[in-house]
Amino acid sequence: MAILLFNFKALYNATRNNIGRGGALALCAFLLAACATDDMGDNMGSKAGSTSYGASSTSASQTGYLSENVTDRIFFPTDRSNLNGTARATLIRQAAWLKQNGAIYLRIEGHADERGTREYNLALGARRAGAVRDFLISQGVSSSRMLTISYGKERPVSLCSEESCWVKNRRAVSTIAR
Amino acid sequence: MKHMIYRLTLFCAFFLLASLSLANAALKIDITRGNVQPLPIAVLDFKAEDQVGFDLAQVITADLERSGLFRPVARNAYIESNIDVDTRPRFREWRVINALALVTGSATIQEDGRLRVSFRLWDVVAGQQMTGLQFFTRPDNWRRVSHLIADAIYERLTGETGYFDTRIISVSESGTKDQRVKKLAIMDQDGFGYSELTAGRSLSLTPRFSPTAQEVTYMSYHNNKPRVYLYNIESGQQEVVGDFPGMTFAPRFSPDGQKIIMSLERNGNSNIYTMDLRTRETRRLTSSLAIDTSPCFAPDGSQIVFESDRVGSQQLYVMEADGSNIRRISYGEGRYATPVWSPRGDLIAFTKTLKGRFLIGVMKADGSGERILTEGFHNEGPAWSPNGRVLVFFRESKGEGGGPSLWTVDVTGYNERPLPTPGFASDPSWSPLIR
Repeated sequence: MAILLFNFKALYNATRNNIGRGGALALCAFLLAACATDDMGDNMGSKAGSTSYGASSTSASQTGYLSENVTDRIFFPTDRSNLNGTARATLIRQAAWLKQNGAIYLRIEGHADERGTREYNLALGARRAGAVRDFLISQGVSSSRMLTISYGKERPVSLCSEESCWVKNRRAVSTIAR
Repeated sequence: MKHMIYRLTLFCAFFLLASLSLANAALKIDITRGNVQPLPIAVLDFKAEDQVGFDLAQVITADLERSGLFRPVARNAYIESNIDVDTRPRFREWRVINALALVTGSATIQEDGRLRVSFRLWDVVAGQQMTGLQFFTRPDNWRRVSHLIADAIYERLTGETGYFDTRIISVSESGTKDQRVKKLAIMDQDGFGYSELTAGRSLSLTPRFSPTAQEVTYMSYHNNKPRVYLYNIESGQQEVVGDFPGMTFAPRFSPDGQKIIMSLERNGNSNIYTMDLRTRETRRLTSSLAIDTSPCFAPDGSQIVFESDRVGSQQLYVMEADGSNIRRISYGEGRYATPVWSPRGDLIAFTKTLKGRFLIGVMKADGSGERILTEGFHNEGPAWSPNGRVLVFFRESKGEGGGPSLWTVDVTGYNERPLPTPGFASDPSWSPLIR
């Protein structure tokens, strides 16, 4: 079982589902692998009027499983997009989980801390998301199951202007797309 | 919509006023030096039946004062008042209170309902008129007439084009730092007439004016697809720029307004492209494995400055308009980003990161002569006034409750001032003169 360095559950506002999706949600809790997701990336929270970043608007149980049991995010040093040992171990677990759950589609978000210029950070977030995607492909996950998006420095999860927060914001987060 | 009116009511005929004296005045502000001694100027309330005479003088005075090149003489020192545009001032009395330049004017509503505004600029020491203009417009257009008059005064006394009859587009920011709502917002260059252009349902970033002033290119997360858009300020219509598979960002117009230059990201790698807005033809200009972004054309369109981390950290590069002959121009300590070419062509402004601080600076187009204009915890994203004398940028404050605000600074590094907005604001871009 994964050793969790951080518990990010408190950061999630995971239940944005409208009533119409409630049935599917309950079903997913028992049949993770069987719950097809065919409208990929189309409704990421927009119906609720805002988007959750680093969380997901899909099944709370899937998201919770990914974030807590597999670990949904990896972290990067300043201005870097290479994967360290911890990040690789996390992604190997993600890849294994994805292979067991063949109907799951991933939306990989790349983020940067606030200590960069906006446009560069958009590119840096894309590079980080791309690094995760490439690594998951190398682990046998089909590229067709993943899409990437960069938020640059626009969506921090830790808000102080100190390294203790910046280290949590330089991240790539795997969310379940549906 | 309010912002649509801007161009339509622009109709504003103006005529040169016949001089009341021979104009061969020597009064001039030399702005080639760094720290200019501001020129003492008195702007009398324009002779009018109503408040507009006072309002015109206030807006003109505020424009001139903010430029840093003029020092308004205290109103309570004025000797003459209530004189109209055709009255010759008593120069000797203005000399006593050390006003070197004097502005007089009249504003009247004509029988056809139009507002007629006329003014004269006087050289107090020589006792001569320097310029005089007359405007006809709708009464509610008085603020624009004020800016046009301030531009005429600025131009006559500095020998350079003015920048007061312009607007600034920026991004208004609200909400908490982790859930920021970002909308496009536009205002006059002095902060008046502020209005938001987009609803804020998706993030709007990095708006930049077209050289024709009625269009803006920016980046939006509409439908969770970060792409470059065109936004028509008059009609409110939007369209996505091109049909690209990855994220497009960092857009700017070419100087002729015919192309958008921007970055396209594919599989995590960002390169620079142009798209012709008429033919829809796209052209790839860089092909590196590095992050190539923040491109900006030289004002003659012949060259492009951009940033790249191809040597491992962000640095500035110049290439020909076709992507050839790429050469690095930044060699100082630190990282360099967001280069913007001056409308004069001589300087490139940038954001510089050095020892954890964020600075705004300028260098010559060949990379020499670097000067830092301001520095602090976080300054970013300079944009030029259309005459290349002033830069507007944003400054972020620290912490959970921190956020960005707009500032201006002279290209000399003097006269740094806040540009007030109703809330947090970032990513400013200055319109060209709207004439």
